[in-house]
Amino acid sequence: MTRAVRLELNGVEVAAVAEGGENLLTLLRERLGDTSPKAGCLQGTCGACTVLVDGEPVLACLMLAEAADGKRVTTVRGLADGPRLHPLQEAFMDGFAAQCGFCTPGMLVAAKALLDREPRPTREQVIEAIAGNVCRCTGYTPIVEAVLEAARRMAGRRG
Amino acid sequence: MPLEVRTTATLAEAASLLQADRSARFLAGGTLLMRAVNEGDVSFSTIVRTTDPAFARIRAAGGRIELGAGVTMAQILASRELAFLHPVARAVGGPAVRTMATVGGNLFAAHPYGDFAAALLALDARVQLASGFGAREVALDEFLASRDRTPRPLVTALSFERPSDPAAFRFRKMTRTHPKGAAVVTIAAHVPTSGGRVSGARVALGAMAGRPIRARGIERALEGRPLTAEGVAPAVAAAAREGDPPTDALASSWYRRRVVGVVLRRLLLGEP
Repeated sequence: MTRAVRLELNGVEVAAVAEGGENLLTLLRERLGDTSPKAGCLQGTCGACTVLVDGEPVLACLMLAEAADGKRVTTVRGLADGPRLHPLQEAFMDGFAAQCGFCTPGMLVAAKALLDREPRPTREQVIEAIAGNVCRCTGYTPIVEAVLEAARRMAGRRG
Repeated sequence: MPLEVRTTATLAEAASLLQADRSARFLAGGTLLMRAVNEGDVSFSTIVRTTDPAFARIRAAGGRIELGAGVTMAQILASRELAFLHPVARAVGGPAVRTMATVGGNLFAAHPYGDFAAALLALDARVQLASGFGAREVALDEFLASRDRTPRPLVTALSFERPSDPAAFRFRKMTRTHPKGAAVVTIAAHVPTSGGRVSGARVALGAMAGRPIRARGIERALEGRPLTAEGVAPAVAAAAREGDPPTDALASSWYRRRVVGVVLRRLLLGEP
């Protein structure tokens, strides 16, 4: 049985038809063409598919697509403002916080969820915020540093 | 194969659908059932979910706390009245899992998961169930002992007494990775003291028996004893005799038996 799903994706009203039992990740990637959240384990273990739903981090692979009906969904594609990257994205680039890059979309979204709630996080809070996101390349240190650096830059801009 | 998804406005309707259709499974947070869907599990063809507001309701103002089974770990962490349960909710998954994972779903989490269920056991929680025949209530340890029996009733809520002294409620999860990891051993304990001696101890273990269990041997050994190194020694010794710990990728059965007493001693003495 199919179901129409309407949601706000990165600030734009969109609609798609989901198959019964389809998860939000499939809806985003295959129906709506936003391939920025990655399909890693599909078991809720790796965090590569992390998106924000109404501002809270969720694993898109474990959310029923139709449960997102009427909600506000933010993927990593929604972080940049036109050609201007989000400070998190700039800090990740500057600090070489990505190697293969597969975990990066989930890391950025998980980090954004943290900074939205806690603009000046401690190192421990950053580690806790990305605890559900697996990276097999970097050893995490450059990622944690990049999130802290982004927070510092954002605080500086707010002046 | 596409599944049929039935969304109900009330818990009672959801319970009736589940009762009528043996191939139906209930979806709460999705962290267990959607994994099965993604794996291509063909043992069910219908998903039942509910938008009943009672399912996600927290009643924590009084002495008796009631949690709708659909209350998430993130909701627990956002509730100041449930501060004593924050270390437990924080022990479940990472932030994204906590947005989704529910207290009711945690009762069905397979070994080595189910940390929240262990805490609820130590709080002597009661489980509210709904089926096509109506509502009933059972003790959590009784429920867990038969949780895999079918047809499964719908868990609608959990209730328990607020610990009169928050310091009497203790929780510790030993993991191999930090800050997020599955349990080598989880211990939840409610150890109120009267005149410096434990009175009415309840201790629950996770990852020690295939499902969370009450540790009656530890409880008996603690009764009437002070929470000192000497006082807790019999309980620490009793810990190795509890349960039937599984061997898995995290730890062997032998190791779990060796380490559970160490974790218990540190928990009871407030050591790091």
